[in-house]
Amino acid sequence: MTFVNPVLNYAQLAPILIVLAGAVIGVLIEAFAPREARHSSQLFISTFALVAAFAALMTVRTQSSVDAAMGSVAFDGAAVLIQASILIISFLAIFLIADQENFTAMAAAVPGSEEERQSLQKDLRVTEVYPLTLFAVAGMLIFPIATDLITLFVALEILSLPLYLMAGLSRRRRLMSQESALKYFLLGAFSSAFFLFGVAYLYGYSGTITLIGIQESIVGGSGNDIFLLMGIAFLAVGLLFKVGAVPFHAWTPDVYQGAPTAITGFMAAATKIAAFGAILRIFYVGFANAEWQWKPALVAIAIITMVFGSVVAITQRDVKRMLAYSSIAHAGFLLAGVIALSKSGLDSSIFYLFAYGVATLGAFAVVTLVRDSAGEVTDLNRWSGLGKRSPLIASVFSLYLLTFAGIPLTSGFIGKFSIFSAAYESGSTAILITGVLASAIAAFFYIRVIVLMFFKDPVEDGTSVVIPSALTTIAIAVSATLTILLGVFPAPLLNFIETTAFFIR
Amino acid sequence: MSSLTLLGILPLIGALLIAVIPAEQALRVKQAALGTTILVAISAVMMWLNFDESNTAFQFVQSAGWIPSFGINYAVGVDGLSLVLILLAVLLTPIVVLAGWNESEGGRWSAKVFYILILVLETMMIGVFAATDVFLFYVFFEAMLIPVYFLIGGYGSGERAAAAVKFLLFSLFGGLLMLASIIGLYVISSKNGGATFDITQLSQMHNYMSSTTQNLLFLGFFIAFAIKAPVWPLHTWLPDAAASATPGTSVLLLGVLDKVGTFGMIRFCLTLFPDASKTFTPVIIVLAVISILYGAFLAIGARDIKRLIAYTSISHFGFITMGIFAMTTQGHSGAILYMFNHGFSTAALFIVAGWMIARRKSSTIADFGGLQRVTPVMAWSFFIAGMSSLALPGLSSFVSEFLVLVGTFTRYPVAAVLATFGIVLAALYILIPVQKALHGPTTPGNENLPDLNLREKFAVGPVLAIIIALGFYPAPLLNVINPVAKQVIESQGFTDPVPSESAGK
Repeated sequence: MTFVNPVLNYAQLAPILIVLAGAVIGVLIEAFAPREARHSSQLFISTFALVAAFAALMTVRTQSSVDAAMGSVAFDGAAVLIQASILIISFLAIFLIADQENFTAMAAAVPGSEEERQSLQKDLRVTEVYPLTLFAVAGMLIFPIATDLITLFVALEILSLPLYLMAGLSRRRRLMSQESALKYFLLGAFSSAFFLFGVAYLYGYSGTITLIGIQESIVGGSGNDIFLLMGIAFLAVGLLFKVGAVPFHAWTPDVYQGAPTAITGFMAAATKIAAFGAILRIFYVGFANAEWQWKPALVAIAIITMVFGSVVAITQRDVKRMLAYSSIAHAGFLLAGVIALSKSGLDSSIFYLFAYGVATLGAFAVVTLVRDSAGEVTDLNRWSGLGKRSPLIASVFSLYLLTFAGIPLTSGFIGKFSIFSAAYESGSTAILITGVLASAIAAFFYIRVIVLMFFKDPVEDGTSVVIPSALTTIAIAVSATLTILLGVFPAPLLNFIETTAFFIR
Repeated sequence: MSSLTLLGILPLIGALLIAVIPAEQALRVKQAALGTTILVAISAVMMWLNFDESNTAFQFVQSAGWIPSFGINYAVGVDGLSLVLILLAVLLTPIVVLAGWNESEGGRWSAKVFYILILVLETMMIGVFAATDVFLFYVFFEAMLIPVYFLIGGYGSGERAAAAVKFLLFSLFGGLLMLASIIGLYVISSKNGGATFDITQLSQMHNYMSSTTQNLLFLGFFIAFAIKAPVWPLHTWLPDAAASATPGTSVLLLGVLDKVGTFGMIRFCLTLFPDASKTFTPVIIVLAVISILYGAFLAIGARDIKRLIAYTSISHFGFITMGIFAMTTQGHSGAILYMFNHGFSTAALFIVAGWMIARRKSSTIADFGGLQRVTPVMAWSFFIAGMSSLALPGLSSFVSEFLVLVGTFTRYPVAAVLATFGIVLAALYILIPVQKALHGPTTPGNENLPDLNLREKFAVGPVLAIIIALGFYPAPLLNVINPVAKQVIESQGFTDPVPSESAGK
């Protein structure tokens, strides 16, 4: 057997490699740098790596190829857009993570132990979170461009494992945070198994693990259809778990609530983009010709997800859980773009993902600011009268709620409009009608929070809005500006997506 | 830039000016708001003078690409219908500012915020009537909910937060149904000759729809407008909102915003879906008659003066809806004129009622009595406004109510006869409060109420003058209205039934 020397297109892989290099340097800093120097150098390395990766991505933005890494990844317009979105979101997320108030002083210390007390006293910091973030980002960058199922699985694990860890790093209510991390890990491992199971079936069906190969077998039609169905179903379970679609959503509220808020924001925004990027590629490239096998099931899941997320969110009393259910509902709206299975479906999904990611990150950034002496206040009742204490922050949070609700002149409206029209264009009237009805239900709980903040009197229990750090301010300002800009002048980005987004086959 | 766009921007400039005035200088803020709104009113009247009555096409048009990838344009223009409603909006706004000089004082926020909201709302009111692009219309339609929501919830009285939420949720629900229909229209247009939202081009699209599609799309629009207008049984939000809002906000809400509903029925329901309109006409006529009688009965039973006015409006909106769906030129002319007249008579009622309530610190009708002796000018103003509301000949509402009834009778005699009972009931619901509040012995506590001051006389004077003047000489408005009414009816393929002498034999 001869060994074939791999030929790599380093220019197109550069963004991923730069982020990975940043992560490795971060690990070395943890090992060798003195404690005091770690935080600032980690922050510098992470932001630098993300900016450099973005720059590297921009230099190759017009290229496309299927053999950047021996046929394992495809580099095309859609990949550029999704990777760019992930990098921008991660860059903003790093700013939130830099506010270490959120994180435990020492992850290894048992909650309530002497060791924990000492670590708090010494004001230690979990700077490990930076390299972990970069590893997750690298996984997210590979996930949406992978074209064979093994690479896809590896990317899934690279992005997931750091997230499991990071979910457990919360400074307060540590037991809950660790519980959520464990829950996330176990369920995640379970869904990974499903994913692999699906990969095995698809290999059995087509004798190949590449998306193109599977597509060719579907067109050829010689394989065993049961294997194909089982393969698609199990693969979809693994993917839908990541985006939090019903009935694979059970982890979402607990993890969103338990994880440090900055991590929740990062996870909610960036993971969703990466996972939907992968789903879009798999279904558009790999399974497009098996449309009739998966579409009805996916339509049903989308409808249940939209309705369930919106209805259950109404009863939530905790702002992070509410945002979690809202993200479930949004996963349902996003599935409409997958179901559309058309160019406009792809364009609108990418726009929606970016707009939603930016707003989500901003919303969680605001959540980090509402605190009392014991840390963040996420109980919605204690948010009442926030508009009186801090009109600016309350207004910005209202802006995010309005964009989630899809009110015109916000980015969420343009996203919703384009994704629903794409779905209707492809014949899914049911999606359109459920979508607007679910939006109406969802509007109720978004507005309830606005009422709480502006029309109720403040409770005197020490809840206050802290003055945000400079980095958090930047993150909030950027996301709020983008949310309005994309709502009022979406044309440049829409045009850019329209001319750029395509899947190479 | 067309003069119409300038007109729309003017209030926004005023709002920006107010934004830089320090909040403590409330008087300066009010003066700036009054100055701006008067300037806008004058500009609109100038536009009216330049309006070519013989031309039924849109005038003062401007169109610019906004979101080209969806075929969305910033496109504005006025015909007779929108001109009349824009005039109504911009004439009422300065009156509201002047009449409610101290209205902002009981609010959660400063006077500055109040007037910024009013001016932003004015821009949106102009925009919603001027838009000739369905998407642009929708944006204004939804976005204008936000300032109204804060005006009710922030400055109203009583259960203001609950009323504001009820108002918002009803409107959002309708708006989202309309969004589904708009998406439907968009997809149909993109499949038949290119995506567009241009109202003139979309009016041809009904040729490409199956009757089921047309009926569904029609319902999406109609339900949204029926909530807005409001038509029984979708009216329940109105009394709460009107009773909780400040009198000025109520004037804008009932006088102008609700007209968006009846405006939309003509502009969108009839123009875009002529066949569906015909299909649903019998049902809608029945609903309209129910609204007329039901609103009147509720008004007779009302104890709260603000609720009373709200209920009379439900009855009046029944007349307008009936006139629109009678599908005769007279019915249409009457309905459009009715929109204008109802705006002014409701404004007069609400303004004077607001002063009465502010003086007496009560909105219960039974608390007033003998006002004729104590405050003659106020009492007479209320009396004239009330007479206009019951359509006394010689006052403006008579002309429009008569036209609606005549127009309806030629096609739906039974409905017209039933609606005539509404007039009888109107006499009851106006004369009972007039008798209780204005005549009879002075109720204890009323002896020292001050009469209208100079500012208040200046505010209500023009309204009463317009009511009387248009009662005697409605031609200036009818000349603008008749061509557009005739055009809409003809485009529907209707001809006015000719009254025949033999009908009675």
